[in-house]
Amino acid sequence: MNPAVAARGMARRFGAVQALSGLTFEVAEGSLFGMVGPDGAGKTTAIRALAGLIDLDEGEARVLGRPPSEARESIGLLPQQYSLYRDLTVGENLRFFARLYLLPREVHARRARRLLEATGLAPFEDRRAEALSGGMYKKLALACALLHEPRVLLLDEPTSGVDPLSRRELWTLLREFARGGMAVVLSTPYMDEAERCTHVGLMHEGRLLLSGEPRALLADVRADVCEVDGAPRPQIENALAGVAEVWSSAPAGSRLRLLLAPGAAAQVAATLRPIGAALRPVAPRFEDLFIARLREAA
Amino acid sequence: MNGFAIEAEELSRSFGDFCAVDRVSFRIENGEIFGFLGANGAGKSTTIRMLTGLLDATAGAARIAGHDVRADRQQVKSLIGYMSQRFSLYLDLPAWENVLFFGRAYGLSRPQVRERGSQLFAATGLTGLEDTATSTLPGGTRQRLALACALLHRPRVVFLDEPTAGVDPIARRWFWRLIRSLAAEGTTAFVTTHYLDEAEYCDRIGLMAEGRLVALDTPEALKRRYAPAGGGEATLEDVFVAVAGR
Repeated sequence: MNPAVAARGMARRFGAVQALSGLTFEVAEGSLFGMVGPDGAGKTTAIRALAGLIDLDEGEARVLGRPPSEARESIGLLPQQYSLYRDLTVGENLRFFARLYLLPREVHARRARRLLEATGLAPFEDRRAEALSGGMYKKLALACALLHEPRVLLLDEPTSGVDPLSRRELWTLLREFARGGMAVVLSTPYMDEAERCTHVGLMHEGRLLLSGEPRALLADVRADVCEVDGAPRPQIENALAGVAEVWSSAPAGSRLRLLLAPGAAAQVAATLRPIGAALRPVAPRFEDLFIARLREAA
Repeated sequence: MNGFAIEAEELSRSFGDFCAVDRVSFRIENGEIFGFLGANGAGKSTTIRMLTGLLDATAGAARIAGHDVRADRQQVKSLIGYMSQRFSLYLDLPAWENVLFFGRAYGLSRPQVRERGSQLFAATGLTGLEDTATSTLPGGTRQRLALACALLHRPRVVFLDEPTAGVDPIARRWFWRLIRSLAAEGTTAFVTTHYLDEAEYCDRIGLMAEGRLVALDTPEALKRRYAPAGGGEATLEDVFVAVAGR
């Protein structure tokens, strides 16, 4: 069976910038695939290619086995910059998009009702779009992109600038869509969101550094991740200065979080003992994974 | 002069009937890294606009290094810097032209800009990139340039608006190390972010909900206070949802 979405060796250059260089992945129906990576990693270009909005220099994008331009009616797209009619109400915006998609009135009414309930926008149906909070405005845009019931939903950084509560709600919605059989592909610069996807690809310089199920990826970090406390943080940092096995360190509240070369925990613990600081292993996060893989690649 | 970098005292702002900020009080030490969190519409931006003198309070007071924001507007302007990674640079200019632009905006002389600018370029690892078009710099580098521009006039307090949004983890750690060394020299950082792992870098966190400051403490204390009933540690997101939840 065809995957719902496929990126096969996608490459695209803009002037001197190689935005995509051999991006490859497949997304099955019912999956929520997250492209996670920093600004400039090629995420927006990838989404645009999958939506059929730009041409590729090499490789191909496929949606339900077809070129995206031939699968338009199956694609829902939420770009980073999207426009709703700010002076129209929530309900009027939905009606406008329904007409754009040539939906019969009763079909529109039924779907709009369901989407308003799902997004929690029902109480605000008569509110003008410009008076919505950032999170609600985004949910309205999402509802408009879903009116034609696409089988594939593409979202470019849907959670940027959205507060943690609205973000949590948005993720719950997206997971429900995936559970209902939709293939959801989204991009995010936030590593901590990787764990919320069913499948994740870490983007770096136009391709995937690695991909798979979040749990499996985190189980294979190939580094020791620890937190240190028991001494003031600057003192800990001084004691560890120049220790080659410390790949990276970051404050975690009053503690210090360390990414260590595999097997180096015992040695680092010994280095810290004289100042009274102790090391305890903690669960790795995607940021640790990203840094560890970049170290390996270097 | 008193000892606080930033003080808000019953700071309030209404727009018509709507009270956007309702009697918010806090005191931030010199050299503190303070995280300011809250849902969209909770009153964060309004508070910052009052702290930076862009908006007048309808009641209460704000002080920067002891100077009343309303009475000493010029003085306060020279004491604060503002950085937003996503919006604050002229992308079509070379890196150094951005420095010259911000230097002039802060009223520095040419030699002052040159001296302080070179110092900051060295400290932030930008030396050699002076003539590079800002648009072609990677995110992490651009962000350090934005920080350098915000620090040209040696502000006592720097406001950082989602400072590391979209930056890769390695650049991000480097950035926070910079902020920490600035803080060690006494510069105060006031950080707003929607990203709670960024809040982990802060000494203390203030949480806004519906115009009120509803929590103010260290990240550890907040996580302990909102620890799940079954044991284990709360994440800052759990804290956020518990405190700011609707």
